[in-house]
Amino acid sequence: MSKHTLSVLVENTPGILARIAALFSRRGFNIDSLAVGVTEHPDISRITIVVSVESLPLEQVTKQLNKLVNVLKIVELEPGAAIQRELVLVKVRADNETRSQIVEIVQLFRAKTVDVSPEAVTIEATGSSDKLEAMLKMLEPFGIKELVQSGTIAIGRGARSITDRSLRALDRSA
Amino acid sequence: MTEQASGAHHPQPRARTSGGSQQPAVEHVTGAQSLIRSLEEVGADTVFGIPGGAILPAYDPMMDSSKVRHVLVRHEQGAGHAATGYAQATGKVGVCMATSGPGATNLVTPIADAHMDSVPLVAITGQVASKAIGTDAFQEADICGITMPITKHNFLVTDPAEIPRTIAEAFHIAATGRPGPVLVDIAKDALQARTTFAWPPHTDLPGYRPVTKPHAKQIREAARLIAEAKRPVLYVGGGVLKSGATAELKVLAELTGAPVTTTLMALGAFPDSHPQHVGMPGMHGAVTAVTALQKSDLLITLGARFDDRVTGKLDSFAPYAKVVHADIDPAEIGKNRAADVPIVGDAREVIADLIVAVQAEHDAGQLGEAARTGYAAWWKDLNRWRDTYPLGYDLPDDGSLSPQQVIERIGKLAPADTIYAAGVGQHQMWAAHFIDYEKPSTWLNSGGAGTMGYAVPAAMGAKAGQPDRTVWAIDGDGCFQMTNQELVTCALNNIPIKVAVINNGALGMVRQWQTLFYNQRYSNTVLHSGPESNGLVTAGKASGGTRVPDFVKLSEAMGCVAMRCEDPAELDAVIAKANAINDRPVVIDFIVHEDAQVWPMVAAGTSNDEVMAARGVRPDFGDNEDD
Repeated sequence: MSKHTLSVLVENTPGILARIAALFSRRGFNIDSLAVGVTEHPDISRITIVVSVESLPLEQVTKQLNKLVNVLKIVELEPGAAIQRELVLVKVRADNETRSQIVEIVQLFRAKTVDVSPEAVTIEATGSSDKLEAMLKMLEPFGIKELVQSGTIAIGRGARSITDRSLRALDRSA
Repeated sequence: MTEQASGAHHPQPRARTSGGSQQPAVEHVTGAQSLIRSLEEVGADTVFGIPGGAILPAYDPMMDSSKVRHVLVRHEQGAGHAATGYAQATGKVGVCMATSGPGATNLVTPIADAHMDSVPLVAITGQVASKAIGTDAFQEADICGITMPITKHNFLVTDPAEIPRTIAEAFHIAATGRPGPVLVDIAKDALQARTTFAWPPHTDLPGYRPVTKPHAKQIREAARLIAEAKRPVLYVGGGVLKSGATAELKVLAELTGAPVTTTLMALGAFPDSHPQHVGMPGMHGAVTAVTALQKSDLLITLGARFDDRVTGKLDSFAPYAKVVHADIDPAEIGKNRAADVPIVGDAREVIADLIVAVQAEHDAGQLGEAARTGYAAWWKDLNRWRDTYPLGYDLPDDGSLSPQQVIERIGKLAPADTIYAAGVGQHQMWAAHFIDYEKPSTWLNSGGAGTMGYAVPAAMGAKAGQPDRTVWAIDGDGCFQMTNQELVTCALNNIPIKVAVINNGALGMVRQWQTLFYNQRYSNTVLHSGPESNGLVTAGKASGGTRVPDFVKLSEAMGCVAMRCEDPAELDAVIAKANAINDRPVVIDFIVHEDAQVWPMVAAGTSNDEVMAARGVRPDFGDNEDD
């Protein structure tokens, strides 16, 4: 099974997240990651869904998603042609001996130290899931006390915008 | 799974301004009046429902409406199936109404049923006051959440100003594209509040644009395949009926000369009497139809969805066939069976375009040899199967009534244009086989969901929508005991339907499976056994049993004319008597032989190549010479 990243533009209506999440589970698909936020148009939200699935069932779930009345547009973002980012906040056990080693790893991954206390360091990092995974692997030996990760968000490279046409459609009908 | 929901939810739908450039007259009304005015404007002439606390405000202005007839049913499930029957018989959107909580949840089965069979339905439910939503208030149920997977769309309305727009959008969504049920849940305070009403409202559905016009290139490609095919089959589903494409289908069928098979949802889309009709496909399909699909080299699939009851074991279904698949729902194409030529569009437009494209192939003299001969070799096979394995049944040895014969005689004696509504089970399959369907909207049944209890309320809805046509419900005694209370509704509202209870004293279809696959152990399928009987039934005997309930007395108590028929000699006379009564509902309790079975049959999970014409009889297709 391969990972696919779907950008789903939806009308910003109540229950839309439930409709989409329920559709995935009802049709037997597991969502790896999901992130929601409003777009440059306040009436449109963008849901980024990462799903592990073969291409044929992916086509089916995309078609089923398109049938949801509040879904405006679905675009699959190919990894090569898109920028994908996740955010992690991780609290790592640290003492006077290990702190400098941790900070070195933070710099190596171009992450940030956002909070320091005598027993722990809190790190903020963004990047692709591969990069973050690698950083967490490096931090693991020091002891990860707490970890929180966001869903992946993604945007296509180049000047083209996937929201343009949907926004125009919305303007026409408004 | 990680989830981030920042800013995704606004507590209310965003405010939308109603009214376009030409401002319609604005009326000052309550939300309830706005709802009834909206129903009037959208052309809803019949609503099936039951009032209750949360929907109560809507019932006050309903009383004054001269355009909307409300039929007070006895159970909300009846309202839902009646709306479905109304929609299937008239082609219009069916409407049902219920209160919050249990009223709304009683609509769940008919909504799921309509969803599976793509029936245009609008269900309007009351909801507790908006401030009480989410507090587990009295008679509160999250009906939008509950019906999310079984509706085409649903709405929760808490702002009375949104009522006209929501009703207009609900009817539009229900009726267009692939039809389906839409639920509108309206909070009680929205019904009570003062608001304004103006029609037409401004509708706003930027994410809903069904494609109806097929792609010209795909049509040409399909025509090319048809011209070159040696063993084509027109595999016709319910979409053809819904798009009103039966006239076009007949032209296409006669132009190509290909055999036509109509699924359970499409009976009446192509005349049963037409020589090119090879019957119904599927688990209990005609041997010729099942085999035609198995041996075909091209399926021209129109508004059908490769349902498991049609395909049997999917990976051995129609193994030699290329597939042209036309459907208005893009998600159906390639869902179960990959399509060589996918066509998204309305069946009527697809077929009309196909006729032109196929004609062009004819005119250009580009037909393959098989098409030029009118598929003569293919028809030789088809006709041999049709002659060798016709649909049929044996009459019981003991002189009791045969259920197939009862149903066949009802079909023969009924007036032209009679509508038949079946329940689910053996009687449904026999009604599909032994009644001839010549026209659209003459056959109503629960195909996808298989909802027992569908027949009586659906027949009621059909009769309410088509009062001048005869409506026969063909029901089983199991189904009948689920929804017969709607006969009271029929009796009190001048909806004189006719009901044939095919009474074999058992849950017949389940019993048939127990006979075939569970060593004749009839666990909990005998309906009429009492404390004296041990549940075991002697085989080869007409059903005796306890006669509890007595369907004649029961039906009489509900205001119907009721008769019992046990003797084949009286069969025609009883049916004729029922056909002559048109001022009251009629119920006939046909006591039939309990061991009658539905054949042909493809056992669940097996290949359609294993179709059995009768018990223990596998047709001989001369497989060696065929391929």
